[in-house]
Amino acid sequence: MSLAVLSWSLLIAQVMLALAFGCTAWRVLHGPRAQDRVVALDILYLNGMLLLLTFGIRTGTDLYFEAALVVALLGFVSTGAFAKFLMRGEVIE
Amino acid sequence: MRWLLPHPVISAGLLAFWLMASRSVAPGPMLVGAIIALLGGWALTLLDPPKVRIRRPGLILQLAGRVFVDIIRSNLAVARIVLSRRLPRRTGFLHIPLALREPHALAVLACILTATPGTAWLEFDAEEGWLLIHVLDLIDEEEWVRIVKERYEAPLLEIFR
Amino acid sequence: MTHLAELPAPLALLAAALVLAGAFLSLAGSFGLLRMRTFYDRLHAPTIATSMGISCVLLASMLVFTALQSRLVIHELLVGALVVLTTPVTLMLVARAALHRDRLEKSPAVPRAARPEPAEEPAE
Repeated sequence: MSLAVLSWSLLIAQVMLALAFGCTAWRVLHGPRAQDRVVALDILYLNGMLLLLTFGIRTGTDLYFEAALVVALLGFVSTGAFAKFLMRGEVIE
Repeated sequence: MRWLLPHPVISAGLLAFWLMASRSVAPGPMLVGAIIALLGGWALTLLDPPKVRIRRPGLILQLAGRVFVDIIRSNLAVARIVLSRRLPRRTGFLHIPLALREPHALAVLACILTATPGTAWLEFDAEEGWLLIHVLDLIDEEEWVRIVKERYEAPLLEIFR
Repeated sequence: MTHLAELPAPLALLAAALVLAGAFLSLAGSFGLLRMRTFYDRLHAPTIATSMGISCVLLASMLVFTALQSRLVIHELLVGALVVLTTPVTLMLVARAALHRDRLEKSPAVPRAARPEPAEEPAE
């Protein structure tokens, strides 16, 4: 019984996260301005990471966790670089 | 002791990070973690960060608890705003005069305000101490100024004195 | 999914509730990003996902793995700390960049400086 509840919850959560992914992807594609796209991309990374974590719970393997850690790190660095680019027009001065 | 561990908090954090990342407390990871912690502390000494003095540990815990509760509360409030049929009409910028000048304290305040849904830190004028934030639910400007100044700035002024 | 059958029932239900809550809050944050009208309004929505959404999912993951491996599994705290500490920094950076760009374009929607402009200047 509780197994069914948990597996269905995981499925529903994954569907919701996929929808969230879609919302942010729309914002990345449609802008309207560069700063909107950058914020949306940051949250797109986060939604992808949460999806990986739910897959990890579903399959019971630690591998997804490593991927989530890398995605979180990359998201931070890339958004920082994008913000710098928006401010100055160059990443490295 | 001072030369061995110049930044004890950072070193402890690095050790905890390493043990969590390698997921064991066996002697091997412990040894590598200790080396990383020592090297990290020494490297930070070379970078020579500005000294910070922190007081009132009890107040820090109190502030942390307050921020935790506020984040949960404003999470629910902002989620309700997002999902409600009508979006709020009153969103806007707010100027707040701050007495806080200590850079670390300002960084903590910036993180608190940005991490809380509903408020976002935009800019700080260090010369005259004006802070510019954006508020999602700007019904009462005086109320927001009072919240920022009394709930967050006052304890930060005490902690980083 | 057979490994999940080993979970005690109360833990499984708690984990299910946490996963659902986290996913729902993330969806709310992303939906807000889609729905709000101006950039500065949109800045508030994602913090729902980055504060409570991720905490709920990470807590569920910690519960499940701690119960399954019957030892304390807390490496999820790494991801949590990373996201919680870095998100305000990135959002602040992007917000400042946006403010800078809007000011360069002399957009009337943003304040000119952190200092409030003197109110009710007599018109020239």
